[in-house]
Amino acid sequence: MTVPVTVIDYGIGNQLNVLRALEHCGASVKVVQQASAGDLDASRLVLPGVGAFGDGMSELRDRGFDDLVQRFAQTGRPFLGICVGMQVMFDGSDEMGDHAGLGLLPGRVRAVPAEGADGRPHRIPHIGWRVLAPASRWDGTILSEVDPGDRVYFVHSFAAQPTRREDRLATVDYDGIPICAAVHRDNLYGCQFHPERSADTGLRVLRRFLAL
Amino acid sequence: MTHARIIARLDIKGPNLIKGVHLEGLRVVGDPHEHALRYYAEGADELLFIDIVASLYQRNNLSDIIKRAADRIYVPITVGGGIRSLDNVSEMMHSGADKVAINTAAIARPGLITEVARRYGSQCMVRWEAYTDNGRERTGVDVVEWARRAVDLGAGEILLTSVDQEGTRKGFDLPLVQQVCDAVRVPVTASGGFGRVEDLAAIAATGVSGIAIADALHWKRMALREIKQHAAAAGLDVRGAEGVK
Repeated sequence: MTVPVTVIDYGIGNQLNVLRALEHCGASVKVVQQASAGDLDASRLVLPGVGAFGDGMSELRDRGFDDLVQRFAQTGRPFLGICVGMQVMFDGSDEMGDHAGLGLLPGRVRAVPAEGADGRPHRIPHIGWRVLAPASRWDGTILSEVDPGDRVYFVHSFAAQPTRREDRLATVDYDGIPICAAVHRDNLYGCQFHPERSADTGLRVLRRFLAL
Repeated sequence: MTHARIIARLDIKGPNLIKGVHLEGLRVVGDPHEHALRYYAEGADELLFIDIVASLYQRNNLSDIIKRAADRIYVPITVGGGIRSLDNVSEMMHSGADKVAINTAAIARPGLITEVARRYGSQCMVRWEAYTDNGRERTGVDVVEWARRAVDLGAGEILLTSVDQEGTRKGFDLPLVQQVCDAVRVPVTASGGFGRVEDLAAIAATGVSGIAIADALHWKRMALREIKQHAAAAGLDVRGAEGVK
């Protein structure tokens, strides 16, 4: 049985590998490039994205997806933002200016600190395979089948800072600096890491999303 | 503890996975697809495909190889070799590449780095530095300066390939890897020269974020898991050292 998923393609970065990974996990994927009223009936919605926050938001607006995502969030059906797709769920970002986000979750997106906890500079972008640490309970969430010690792939220079502690689902430690790695509120999920590029662990995350 | 990705590097010529053995020329290893799948299954953190000939008439061939690989592989894929324009980048991205490595074209036209970074994000733009020891005697400063400049232009990563060390199994070019790691704040991947597990401790000390391995994997001299276990023992934080999941 296939699970229908709508993936938003808003012209930044490359959605192809998200699509392939979802299909591999049993989804039948519909890719949309312009918002239409029918998209609100999607049973699951995925917002991927790499690149800059400001570019992403202006593309979302130009294509009518800002309104669509905000309304979809109210339906209670599962939503997943990946990387920049997660970042735009928040109120705004400091990346290259001051940009408003979709405001689905309270909080801001800020630069990953340029130094580790010891005050020594570390590499930016933050790229690599890291272990997820629970920030709230994973039972029943997209991370429920991630085992302790499992690693996922990150590549980013900015990260969300959710206002509400309980919205944080997982953090990742970057040289002693805790970075928000996943968020969850009701039907809304976001991953800073790339589940579509995180081998078996990432595919388990996507399968859980399809099973919500 | 420094985290490092262990990257399987596949040099492609026409339909074949090949390996250059320094001073001995090229040898065909086999089918790139089979090898890519094997490295993925064995826990490679990333796959790096480099088209070593990169002549125009072979481009379709490379994108077919990437398409087939990306259809079954769920770790990052970087593609390099002969990428000269945004159209080339777009073709590779639509075949399934997550990042592109650009070398020659960026020397001729540095603005290409900025264009790619703007369109696909800095994290998709890898500046690929290839050099020879002989060249380094004269241009060592250039490699470091070029790495710096590429980062200013928007490269999100540096891939440093030693042509002379490649396939020699004599160890990485540590002084130059160190210089580049010190010169830029973006992640640096060292490629060329891995031969013995002892090389891992030496390269770990430079602060590299990625180690590309070809030869040792292609000829099955060492398995990825074994390399990762040794990397962990050498003080690197690596995925799957305890057994690949």
